[in-house]
Order: sequence, then structure tokens, then C-alpha cells
Amino acid sequence: MSVLMYLIPIALLLGLIGLCAFVWTLKTGQYDDLDGAAHRILIDDDEKPPES
Amino acid sequence: MEQLAISDPLRVREQLDTTDKETGYRNLVKRGEDGTLSLSFLVSGVHCAACIQKIEGSLKAQNDIERVNLNFSSGLLALSWKGEEDRANDFASLVEGLGYGVKPFDPESFENTQKKEERFLLLCLGVAGFALGNIMLLSVGVWSTSAETMGMATRDFLHWISAIIALPTILFSGRPFFRSALKALSNAQTNMDVPISLAILLASGMSLFEVINHGEHVFFDSAVMLTFFLLVGRFLDFKARQSARSSANNLLKSIQGFATVVEGGQRRRVLIKDLTEGMIVSIPAGETIPADGEVVDGNSTIDTSLITGETLPNEAQEGAYVHAGTLNLSAPLKVKVAKAADDTLLSDIVKLMDQAGQSQAAYVRIADKAARLYTPVVHLMALLSFLGWFFVIGAEWQDSLLVAVTVLIITCPCALGLAVPVVQVLSIARLMKKGVFVKSGDALERLSSIDTAVFDKTGTLTYGEHRIVGEYDEQDLQLAASLASVSAHPASKGIAHSYAGELLKLDNIEEIEGCGIRGIYNDQEVKLGSRSWCGDAKTPESEHVEVWLATSSGRKTRFSLQDAIREDAQSTIVQFAKNNIHTVLLSGDRKQVVDVVSEQVNIDEHFAEQNPKQKFEKITKLQEQGHKILMVGDGLNDAPVLSQADVSIAPGTAIDLAQQSADIVFLGDNLSSVHDAYELSKTSQRMVMQNFALAVLYNIIAVPLAVVGMVTPLIAALAMSGSSLIVIANSFRIKFSS
Repeated sequence: MSVLMYLIPIALLLGLIGLCAFVWTLKTGQYDDLDGAAHRILIDDDEKPPES
Repeated sequence: MEQLAISDPLRVREQLDTTDKETGYRNLVKRGEDGTLSLSFLVSGVHCAACIQKIEGSLKAQNDIERVNLNFSSGLLALSWKGEEDRANDFASLVEGLGYGVKPFDPESFENTQKKEERFLLLCLGVAGFALGNIMLLSVGVWSTSAETMGMATRDFLHWISAIIALPTILFSGRPFFRSALKALSNAQTNMDVPISLAILLASGMSLFEVINHGEHVFFDSAVMLTFFLLVGRFLDFKARQSARSSANNLLKSIQGFATVVEGGQRRRVLIKDLTEGMIVSIPAGETIPADGEVVDGNSTIDTSLITGETLPNEAQEGAYVHAGTLNLSAPLKVKVAKAADDTLLSDIVKLMDQAGQSQAAYVRIADKAARLYTPVVHLMALLSFLGWFFVIGAEWQDSLLVAVTVLIITCPCALGLAVPVVQVLSIARLMKKGVFVKSGDALERLSSIDTAVFDKTGTLTYGEHRIVGEYDEQDLQLAASLASVSAHPASKGIAHSYAGELLKLDNIEEIEGCGIRGIYNDQEVKLGSRSWCGDAKTPESEHVEVWLATSSGRKTRFSLQDAIREDAQSTIVQFAKNNIHTVLLSGDRKQVVDVVSEQVNIDEHFAEQNPKQKFEKITKLQEQGHKILMVGDGLNDAPVLSQADVSIAPGTAIDLAQQSADIVFLGDNLSSVHDAYELSKTSQRMVMQNFALAVLYNIIAVPLAVVGMVTPLIAALAMSGSSLIVIANSFRIKFSS
């Protein structure tokens, strides 16, 4: 059962990393504009804006 | 119809906005500590990735811009730059020049508090999700083996880790429930969050006690899971409310913007929210009136469809009182502001809606009522059987516990839990096939208990659209429709919609505000418009709305238009009467018109010339008298009453806000759908009651057997599933009911 002694901390740590990542995405406002993100993926960074 | 009436003026307005270069954005610039200037404003007309790129790219190309971000969902553009404050106007006109509409935005409005609330819920949900995953990982180990195999120490160790994860999580993620429960309790009231909080806290408290005493009844997993799933529900609920609110917000945005104030011969652009009583505002034709007030100069027609729901424009002369949100159609007006923007009829509507949304949340669903009664009884029964077996009969504590567990399993309220939703899902699916969309499951439950049905007139009992009545020459009609198709005036739309054939091509078409439209066809001038402009003054007045078509050869034709009553309006009202439901007509239209309509459809009671607030009060009064109300309406003026009524139905042609406030939306021209929905709700409620009866019957037979220890947990589990199956089978009968 000593395997638990390091498996449980590893499991918790992995979960915690996920949680931290989630909190980070939340704090940086990545859920504020969900519809926009769906469109932005189509924009190439190196492309010039279309002439109007 | 009303949807068109609203969207079209906005389009006109946007066009006007772009020609009218804004100069007020300078006042909205905020200066940061490091000298960075920032500005937020609303951009309309953003549809795709290219739009985002065009706007952001063009702004980024400006040398002084530091950061630019366009939020696609809310249409909010946030800019920051270093340098001159005056650049604000340049940026706004740059975006306008690209072909998008811009409007000022006040970042301190309540959209921000909404955003905070959403983030808070998401954070609670995220933390609960993390804790749930990890505790489940440990619980699988605890469940799959016994203390003898893994050893007391290991089990306690796993329990302690669960406790360390669970307790902070519950304190953190349970806050939405605790707060709401505390708020209710401090008002000496109770709500659903009180038992939820109690259950979560009791489960965690008892588990902690067990862990300290090396016990085995540790339910941290259940407590966290309960929190997680309740939070998911809470978040979805929040999102649904938010979409309703955002349309209310859009409404407020329509009175956000600039108004032209005239002071001592000088014109000045000010923010609408800064308007104060007594200011004189100048409103060009085609613009929305920014505040309630009295006309001091000018003579125009006003489209009041936004406020009263009526489709035909009203005349506004000097001395007339006009409301914010209505549209000035034909000529410039000067209006003396009587109420500040926060105080207008339009913001009253938004406030009423918020109020109504809260009162409806107080509705207790029948399943919740049952659960509240059932859960304590079950737990008490399990406890009593344990105590009875242990103390009275003197059995071993393990055996006593086994009996208690069996009682818990056999009474698992699955059958009760299924009794309502299965019926509702099947009924909703059946209605959907008929083009009736039910937005919430409990809407049917509320619909089945109504005793009063309140109808709006325009767009509900009538088609909400002026259509041509009578027979006309095909050629005249074609000519009139061709001219009318270019105009957004309700009467023009009525003519254009009444003609299905090919349109003619006319030259030099021109719309003359307040008169009509003219154009050239086959070298002849053709006019379509009012009697005074191109009509024959000698013809006697018609009781309907009239539009004249005149050609330069002297031919004059009169078209009569009428907002026709839906074909099945009368039969629907009669059917409701057969079910002993009191019918009421509540309209914002003039008394003569309402009298005629109510006569024609045989409605029990009618009230004319009701503004949104009066409608709202009428409904609240009826509710105070103990009536359960169904509201059927389609306009903005109906939105507050749709939210306040016990249950509400809107036609698919209703404006967005009305559709969002309504519980049920029906498509097509048939008002009878309203009655169909009512009939089915009755049937489904009967099914629900039968299901409850079945579940109770099952418990009456099974529980005593379990209490006396005649069933093993395995048989109990089978019996429980069996009862659920019976309930589901019974519910499916609704598919075959007539």
C-alpha cells in the first residue's frame, strides 16, 4: 500500500494543475467572448486586413 | 410585423448615424494612471471573422493605438492609446467609415456585474469539478473493497484525504447556495437553497465526525457531487436568464447614444443619460426619440410600435407627449424633456421585467413539493428501522444497518423523480411536432392550472399586419406594390405583402416624408400615398386605413387596409370558454377598435388603451385575487406581463424580447395552437398524477416488506428499477392519447 503514498500526491498534483489552468483561463477573460473565439480562429496573423 | 416595424427604423437610424459624424466620444475617454487613454464603445453590424479583422486591423494600423480588442458576443470595442484625447472621435469615425454602426457605451452599466457573477459561478464549478474527480478516485478504492481487506488504517487514510479535499471545496463552491439561503433566512423566508445547504452541510459534518471516530459512513463524495451537479444546474439557469436579460439590455442600448440639445440657438451633442428635465432636444426624421417629453415645435408622425405594440404611426403636433424609444418618422421635431433617461417608459419596462423574473422564480414545481415531503419521510423511516431492529428486536448492529440500507434503496425516489420529467419530455416532443415550442418543463405544469387567459390584440388575436381588403385591378395592385416595396412604412409593407407577383421597375423613386412615394413608370408620374397628397378629396372617408394610387393621367385608386383578425381566433376563445376559462383582452389600441374586435371574437372582458405599466398592474391584481393567468402576447409592451403571468405564450412573429420572456412559442398563423398546448398540458398533468399514484402504491407495498427485513438489498434494487419502468411505461401512453 506504500504505492499510495506517492500515487495520491501525483493524482492530486495533476488535478491541481488542471484547476490552476482553468482559473488562469477564467482570470484572463477567455470565457468572455466565446462566439468571437470561434471566428478568430479563421484569421491568419500574417494576413493583411481586406481592403475596404 | 412588430419585429419588422422595430428593425427597420433601426436600419434607417444606423444609416443616418453614419452620415452624421459623431463628436461626443471625447467625453467618454478614461485616463489611466500611466497616461494611457482608454475608450469603449459599441459596434454594430459585426458578423464574421473578416469584420473583426477589418476593424481591429484598421485600428492597429494607427500609430498611437496600443491595444484594441473587439468582443464579438457583446459588440464592445475596447481601445487604449497614448496621446491626444481628441483622437477618440477619429477612431469612432474610422470604424463608422468602414461601414459599421457605432454607439457610445457606459462601461459601468450592469453588464459588468453580470460578468462577475458568471465568473464566480464558473470558478465554483471548476473547483467543485476538480474536487469531485479526485475524491471519486479515492472513493472507488474504498467502495470496491472492504475495511478487512485494505485495513482500517488505509481506509482512514483515504477518508482523511477526501476530507481535506472536500471540506474547503464545499465551503468555497457551496457559497452560491449558502448566500442565497442566508438571504432567505434573514428575511424570515425559506427557499430551495435552505434544504440544499442543510443537506450539504449535514452530510459533510456527519462525515467529518465519522472520519474522526474511524467510522465507515463517510459521504464526502456524495456531498461534493451534489454541490457539483447543483452548480451545473445553477450555471445553465444563469445562462438562460442572461440571454433574456441581454435582450433587455439591448433595449436599454437603444436609448444609449447621443442627443442633440438646443440651447440659446446653439446645438450640442450630449449623452442621452445626461439629459435632464427641461432641455430642448432636436430630433431629425428617422431618429429615435431619446427621452419622454412634450413636443414644442414641429409636426410629424411617430412610430410607437415599440411601446404600444400598435402598427400604425400616430400624429404628433405641438403639445403632444412622446415617449423614449418611439421613432420620429416624417419631419424634424423639437421636444422638451420631461423625464431623464433613467425615468422613461422604456426603462420602466426593463425594470418591470426584472421584477417579474424574480417573482416567477418563486414557483414551486410539483416534483419539488413531492421531494420535500418524501425525502425526510424516507430518511426517518430508515433511521426508525435501524433503531427498531437494534434496540427493540435486539439484532446485531450490522444487520440493523442492512435493513436500514435496504429501506433506503427500495424507497429511492427514482420513480417519483421520473414521474414528472418523462411525461414532460414526451409532451414537449409532441407539441414540437405541431410547431409549438415549450421552453421549460414546468411551463406545461403551470399551463394546466390556469383559470384566466389574457390576450393581446395586435399580432395575437389579429395578424398584426395591415393587409389589403377588397378587390382591385391586378395592374393597379402591381404598380402600388412596386412603389410600396421601397418603403418601411407599415401601410406600404401591407400593400407590398398583399401582392405576390412580379414587381415593376420604376425610375426616380422618391419617398416624401409624411406624404408618400412617387416614381416614374412608362414616362408617367405615379404617386402612392395619403389622401391629402394624391387622393380624391370628394370620396367619402373609409373606416379602414386608406392609401391612394394616382397616375399623372388622372386615374386615382383607393386601397383599403385592415389588421385582420386571425381566422381561428374566435374558435380558440370559444374552446377556452368551454373549459371554463375566463378570457380577457388587454390592448394598447384605441377603444373603438378594441370594442369591435372583442365583439367579433366573443371575449369575456376587454380593456383598451392600456400602457405596459397598466397591463402589468392589471395582471398583478388578478393574481392577487388568486387567479392563475395565461398571457398570450407578442409586443414589447407585452414583455413585462409575459414574464409576470403564471405562464405565457408568444407567436413566432413576436419580437425577440417577447419570445424570450414567454414560456411557450408557437409557429404559424394558427391561434388554435394555444388551445392545443392547453389541452395537452391537462392530459400530461393527469399522467403525472397517475405516475405519482403508482409510485406511492409501490412504496406502500414494498416499504413494509423491507422494514420487516423480508427483502435483500439485491431484490430491493430490482423492485426499485421495476417501479421506475412502470412509471415510464405509463408515461408513454401520452403518445397515443388523442
